[in-house]
Amino acid sequence: MKKVSLFIAAGLITMSAFAQKVYKTNAAQIKFQPITEEAGCTNNQVQSILSSTDGKIAFSALIKGFKFSNSLLEDHFNENYMESTKFPNAKFQGMITNIKDVNFTKNGTYKVTVKGNLTIHGVTKEITTTGTIEVNGTKVIAKCNFKVKVSDYGVKGLYIGQKIAAEQDITVTSTYE
Amino acid sequence: MKRILLVSSLIALVSFGYAQTDTTDVFKMMDENDKKAAADVTDYTTATFKSTRVIQGPSIETIGEGNMDFRILHRFAPLSGGAKELFGLDGPATIRFGLDYGITNRLMVGIGRSNYQKEFDGFVKYKILRQSSGKSNMPITLTYIGTIMDITDDSYLTANNLTGSEAITYAHALAIGRKFNDVFSFQVTPTLVHYNKVPVANAKNNQLSLGLATRLRISKRVNFTAEYYHQFDKMEGYEDALSLGFDFETGGHVFQLHFTNATGMTERTFISQTVNKFGDNTRFGFNLTRIFTIVKSKAVAKAE
Repeated sequence: MKKVSLFIAAGLITMSAFAQKVYKTNAAQIKFQPITEEAGCTNNQVQSILSSTDGKIAFSALIKGFKFSNSLLEDHFNENYMESTKFPNAKFQGMITNIKDVNFTKNGTYKVTVKGNLTIHGVTKEITTTGTIEVNGTKVIAKCNFKVKVSDYGVKGLYIGQKIAAEQDITVTSTYE
Repeated sequence: MKRILLVSSLIALVSFGYAQTDTTDVFKMMDENDKKAAADVTDYTTATFKSTRVIQGPSIETIGEGNMDFRILHRFAPLSGGAKELFGLDGPATIRFGLDYGITNRLMVGIGRSNYQKEFDGFVKYKILRQSSGKSNMPITLTYIGTIMDITDDSYLTANNLTGSEAITYAHALAIGRKFNDVFSFQVTPTLVHYNKVPVANAKNNQLSLGLATRLRISKRVNFTAEYYHQFDKMEGYEDALSLGFDFETGGHVFQLHFTNATGMTERTFISQTVNKFGDNTRFGFNLTRIFTIVKSKAVAKAE
């Protein structure tokens, strides 16, 4: 009987260790430069959850959380382009397809491929991109860079393709602890 | 022993259940996070009006922290000049140059100089309450505007027998505004204009008025605006100011075009000293604004 209890206890420990492999942050960062000639905008209050066991990864960002140094541009971004009262957030739900290649117990930088659904302005599209996962002690830093075609997500406006690049370069940095 | 086993296996089962929701349902966790965040975050209403001035009068809006706004308010001569005067475009026009600065996202200051009666003005504007939803709910935005105006035109001063501080007027306004939806915003603006010396006999030194203003969105970049100031202590020979216009947005600018019966563009001149009736002597005018980023706001600096 003692053996059985021990076995169960061991099982419990493994399971709790298993359960802890969900990394979370509410301070991930998304950066891009909507207008080519102007300074870019940053949102550093992005929510993100990463599961190291099955590679599922999710992001959620409030559109109003993107801060511009020019308040007029911020107003236009929210009201004319992103329509943030109608579509308050942008989301990503996807998988790191090669999560097996990342050793979360060993420090290092691992190349990963991410595939999933990106929702912006109420339109969901499947995207695939590459990025890195850096393991540094208890810290896990996920980084990626991808391009988004503005017209794919139904964002319309006079300046798209001119002052505003038709394809936006998005940089995501997420530090989980 | 059997009992222990039962309890342990129960715990194991429960924790297994936990482990399952924790590791496999990242998406569900995120959805719950979002729901929680939505209730946890105060969402402040933005762009109730497109500019810090509806037309002549102030809107509830203030300029962003560290932003500087260079404004030209321009009114042509009355349309009644007809084709010969190119409907007032020949002039003489009244112009106010202004420089506004956002100290914080809620506090701004500005100075201006009008060619009409060579008037200098300075104002301070503070958002006391901000319309918001989410964690904290506030149905309106409340903004205080305090203005001081000084006439420096010698011929006007002599004609009206004004010396020293007698040429100074003050205005205090409380703008109460609400953005009802993306299309419609409304604002009421009780305003007190104080004259150190009134230009008309038997007029009150403190003159109360009520401004009404609205913004109607026509398209993504075109808004209809209207502004009317009703005077409770109207001086003899003066009219209420009415202005109708359109706001056009182009990148870093807001371009406002309008028709108004007011000549001046400061509280003293347009609220209490509008001489013409709307329709009889309407003027065409525009406000041009260009916003520059002088200092990066804390929120942006933090985000970078």
